[in-house]
Amino acid sequence: MTVDVLSALPRLAQRLGGAEASLASAERLSGGASMETWAFGVEVLGVVRDYILRRRSAPFDPENSRSTSLAAEAALIRAVRAQGAPAPPLAHLCDAHDGLGEAHVTERIAGETLGRRIVTDPRFEAVRPRLARQCGEILAVIHATPPPSEAQLKTADFRVELGRYEDAYRSLGAERPVLELAFRYLKTAAPEPVDPVLLHGDFRNGNLMIAPSTGVAAVLDWELSHIGDPAEDLSWICVNSWRFGRPDMPVGGFGAYADLLAGYEAAGGRPVTLKRLRTWQALGSLKWGVMCLMMYQSWVGGTDASVERPMIGRRVSETEIDLINLMEAGL
Amino acid sequence: MITHPKAEELAQAVARWIDQIRPDLDPRNAFLARVASNALATIGRELASGQAGERLATERLSGVLGRDGAHAELNAELCARLRAGEFNVDTPGLLAALKANVLDQLSIDQPNYRHEG
Repeated sequence: MTVDVLSALPRLAQRLGGAEASLASAERLSGGASMETWAFGVEVLGVVRDYILRRRSAPFDPENSRSTSLAAEAALIRAVRAQGAPAPPLAHLCDAHDGLGEAHVTERIAGETLGRRIVTDPRFEAVRPRLARQCGEILAVIHATPPPSEAQLKTADFRVELGRYEDAYRSLGAERPVLELAFRYLKTAAPEPVDPVLLHGDFRNGNLMIAPSTGVAAVLDWELSHIGDPAEDLSWICVNSWRFGRPDMPVGGFGAYADLLAGYEAAGGRPVTLKRLRTWQALGSLKWGVMCLMMYQSWVGGTDASVERPMIGRRVSETEIDLINLMEAGL
Repeated sequence: MITHPKAEELAQAVARWIDQIRPDLDPRNAFLARVASNALATIGRELASGQAGERLATERLSGVLGRDGAHAELNAELCARLRAGEFNVDTPGLLAALKANVLDQLSIDQPNYRHEG
């Protein structure tokens, strides 16, 4: 189904703001193969409120997809906000009347999401040293949130994740010695499972709305949420691929491991060792490497014709050098 | 090799043109244009050093496997032996050879990537 978002937005504006409301602005922010994000403003009697529309632009397969539905994402946002975690307030879960397919609307939170700017822009200099601890505190709150049953989240531990990505890698027919070595290495290094908790699933610099004055204003993109090992969330933000040129700042390119873990414990999170975090971090690099191969493959197969897809295949070597360094260091 | 122009000069010319028109594009296309320009720069680097890199990589693979062969064949054999667990991180020279090969590839793929410690 082709949806003309721009022509559906004026109707949505009235649904959000009432009969007096009109669409003040609309801009597509990003669009992958399966998900689109739009920013739009709704004007009511001279006052404009800003919103974000997220909508699925390709058919959704709940059995095989790693993503949750947007309805599940809405339930998650409500659940974590009730516990005090910063997620953008849900304004509307779209239905058939909206003519937008599967979609939801949240309020737009002010701030910056571009990882490189957060890491380098002088506007964030003052708040940067506080971010790693904030991330730890927020993750502790998310992990303590009872998973909303209507979200029907999947469960995965280290071995399940490693196996899933090894299967994906094998199906691609690529021959990458470093990835082969890492799969074997991590099978041996796999940490013992712990009591699983609610995870964000994609907690990294890039999915955080950062305000220059206060730091983390919102955690975005809940679609990869699942039940699993707390160290998975704590480690994903430490994967070197999203340190944006600051490998010396392991947490998102802005902070130290110790601050992240201290914030996590101070906010009630069960202590996680650095070794456990770094083992998960290596799995994170390995997963990102396989994802890059898969995105290249989606171009080969013709499902995504964008120039971005083949080019991302050339990011596999970045994960390979990071994996070698982690294995050399014994993690 | 064909000259006047060489392949890398063609890639460079197209990249320069893309960079010229980029400021006038909408945000999505401006982003894709930057990716396209980066792709052409990658092609340029690969044309300049890809062959030498593959020769060195083949030598390193030969050293690890103890036999000569073409790059693709040695690479496939190494993958099979890693999968089978015959080689691992403790295999003498393995990590060093893989590291050198990956660093050479990275110098083509992303010369500015700042890798983990």
